[in-house]
Amino acid sequence: MNIIVCLKQVPGTTDVKIDPETNTLRREGTKNVVNPFDTYALEEGVRLRERYGGRVTALSMGPPQAEEMLREAISCGADEAILISDRAFAGSDTLATSYTLSCAVNKLKDYDLIICGRQTIDGDTGQVGPELSEMLGLPFVAYVSKINEVADDKMVLERMVEDGHEVIEVPLPAVVTVVKEINIPRLPSLRGLTLAKKVEIPVWTASDMEVDENKVGLAGSATWVAKVFFPQRVQQGEMLEGEPENQVDTLIEKLRDLKIT
Amino acid sequence: MSIRIETEQCTGCGSCVDVCPFGIIEIVDDIAQIEEGCNLCGACRDACTFEAIIIEMPTETAPADKSYRGVWVFAEQQDGQLKGVAYELVSKGRELADSLGTELSAVCFGHNVNDVSRLVAHGADKVYIIDDLLLANQQEDIYAAEFVRLIRERKPEIVLAGATSFGRAFFPRVAAVLQTGLTADCTGLEIDTETKLLRQTRPTFGGNIMATILCQTRRPQMSTVRPRVFKRSTPDDTRQGEIVKVDFDKERVSARTRLLNFVKDLTEKVKLEDADIIVSGGRGLGKPENFDIIRELADVLGAAVGSSRPPVDEGWIPYAHQVGQTGKTVCPRLYIACGISGAVQHLAGMQTADAIVAINDDPDAPIFEVATYGLVGDLFKIVPLLTERLKGGQ
Ligand SMILES: Cc1cc2nc3c(=O)[nH]c(=O)nc-3n(C[C@H](O)[C@H](O)[C@H](O)COP(=O)(O)OP(=O)(O)OC[C@H]3O[C@@H](n4cnc5c(N)ncnc54)[C@H](O)[C@@H]3O)c2cc1C
Ligand SMILES: Nc1ncnc2c1ncn2[C@@H]1O[C@H](COP(=O)(O)O)[C@@H](O)[C@H]1O
Repeated sequence: MNIIVCLKQVPGTTDVKIDPETNTLRREGTKNVVNPFDTYALEEGVRLRERYGGRVTALSMGPPQAEEMLREAISCGADEAILISDRAFAGSDTLATSYTLSCAVNKLKDYDLIICGRQTIDGDTGQVGPELSEMLGLPFVAYVSKINEVADDKMVLERMVEDGHEVIEVPLPAVVTVVKEINIPRLPSLRGLTLAKKVEIPVWTASDMEVDENKVGLAGSATWVAKVFFPQRVQQGEMLEGEPENQVDTLIEKLRDLKIT
Repeated sequence: MSIRIETEQCTGCGSCVDVCPFGIIEIVDDIAQIEEGCNLCGACRDACTFEAIIIEMPTETAPADKSYRGVWVFAEQQDGQLKGVAYELVSKGRELADSLGTELSAVCFGHNVNDVSRLVAHGADKVYIIDDLLLANQQEDIYAAEFVRLIRERKPEIVLAGATSFGRAFFPRVAAVLQTGLTADCTGLEIDTETKLLRQTRPTFGGNIMATILCQTRRPQMSTVRPRVFKRSTPDDTRQGEIVKVDFDKERVSARTRLLNFVKDLTEKVKLEDADIIVSGGRGLGKPENFDIIRELADVLGAAVGSSRPPVDEGWIPYAHQVGQTGKTVCPRLYIACGISGAVQHLAGMQTADAIVAINDDPDAPIFEVATYGLVGDLFKIVPLLTERLKGGQ
């Protein structure tokens, strides 16, 4: 079973601090990491390979420094990694990103399953997985929390929905996105670390993948960020002082005023 | 579009460095340098007093196709019942259609769906319905294909859907086939008075930053909106609208995925999304048994039980109870947060509640910044006391 895992490198934390004076993000000390949700995608790919054999390819589109993250993916069990990197890809929205990823997947050809994370922590959209499936014309299942079995070019899996989970059968090849409930990612192995050090990570550019230039980067993006600002927290609440008894009494009065009790 | 620095003009003063929300501008050899990750928000250009930062807009890209008219909302149903978000979208869609002076239509797929005329009462001029047993449970493949077909035929300029687990999976596929933009999880939607474009505002970076996004040249402009973000309008039963049954040709479409089983996880009586009052517990509870004191308070209040992420991760309570960025968005009249610190990801799911009560022993916990009433103290004392008083009180 050949599996492609899509990973993105993101800023190390979403608990970014905002400088109150300049109203900008403080980035100090936040190093780039693998998008946390993508570590579950990678782990699931590696587990499937351990069960069914085959190969796991880690795929990422990003700036040159994303190579570091792909080495990490190798140390955690991926067999090979490919970096998609070209200045022409800068400024991609989800439409352009999924198109570019689809070109890389088409170049890779031989695969049975593509696994993405449920969403990134910087873009936060969760759209790249489903958009990628459509560009490749493949079936898609989101929020997968368990892969029960793979047999006869079919896969039975569970996916989370609002008030429960569904058991679904999907033909392969397919694209899925996974949630963190699916597994606990492993730490790098010694063998993996050695491999990660020496492995060659090919960098594919726009011309390597024969992309349509009008569909990548800013030119290929349908959306455009017109404005960026910081959310204002306006509400100034009231602190209820005193011993627990007093606090509770005051609270009950307040709730009565709100016509809640 | 592109951004560049006019090296002649740049003095290396650094005022652009200070305003870049993403912190990606550096001064190298007295000249500003923009690193990877710029999204052309223009903050640096506006701050530059030397006109050294140039953002080039696309020259003569094809203008948007003017034949696209009207606002559409996808009215999601489950087991023949419209979801709350359908009404919320129709309410918002009405506002947008009014500012554009155009029609609002709702699109509903399902089998024997109840109360579709309520969508008219909340603002729809038309309701397109495809009714077939095949569509009874949400077949993503068929839904996506049919929705694409309808959009191509009837050309709406704006299409909205709920960011439910279903909407978030199927709507991006529609956008991908149509090769248009989609903005996820919008918390603000309005029509730009000048350009008539849809201004789509959404949180990114885990809620630390808000971004306003435009889809300038492609059509339709598409967004998803989380349930409970927009308010439902007061229905007007005298409103007139048209219910249009759309033909469904079974031969044309097929579903590749097959639903084998559905297992319900939510054990509570009150649904979190629909609850008027929610009592939530966080890591401060310490262990699973302590959720009992949350449940007891919820019981006297007739409230639903919510949770922050750590108790879900620890397995103290099922995921269906999680409130926040990767859980549910709720908007109850009252939200009581017990032993929850108030991380942005949690706030993202509950800060629009009408009233918020926070109980936490750390006076500096960020939850107090959004709380209507804050109680600094031990939740193990306060919560049972509150339950007892409420029980005995009336
Ligand atoms: C991508 C991403 C997505 C996320 N999505 C979500 C999400 O959807 N929902 C969510 O909730 N989180 C989410 N998180 C996690 C979030 O960042 C926080 O870690 C989490 O919300 C913290 O939960 P907490 O407040 O229960 O725990 P803590 O932050 O550990 O806070 C516990 C609080 O309890 C207080 N406390 C302890 N004992 C007592 C006592 N006896 N009496 C009173 N107070 C007490 C403490 O002072 C503390 O403030 C996400 C994180 C990431 C990175
Ligand atoms: N630049 C990228 N390179 C590789 N995979 C990506 C990239 N961007 C997004 N993905 C994948 O798509 C998922 C959803 O991303 P997003 O739509 O940005 O929230 C991620 O969890 C990744 O698996």
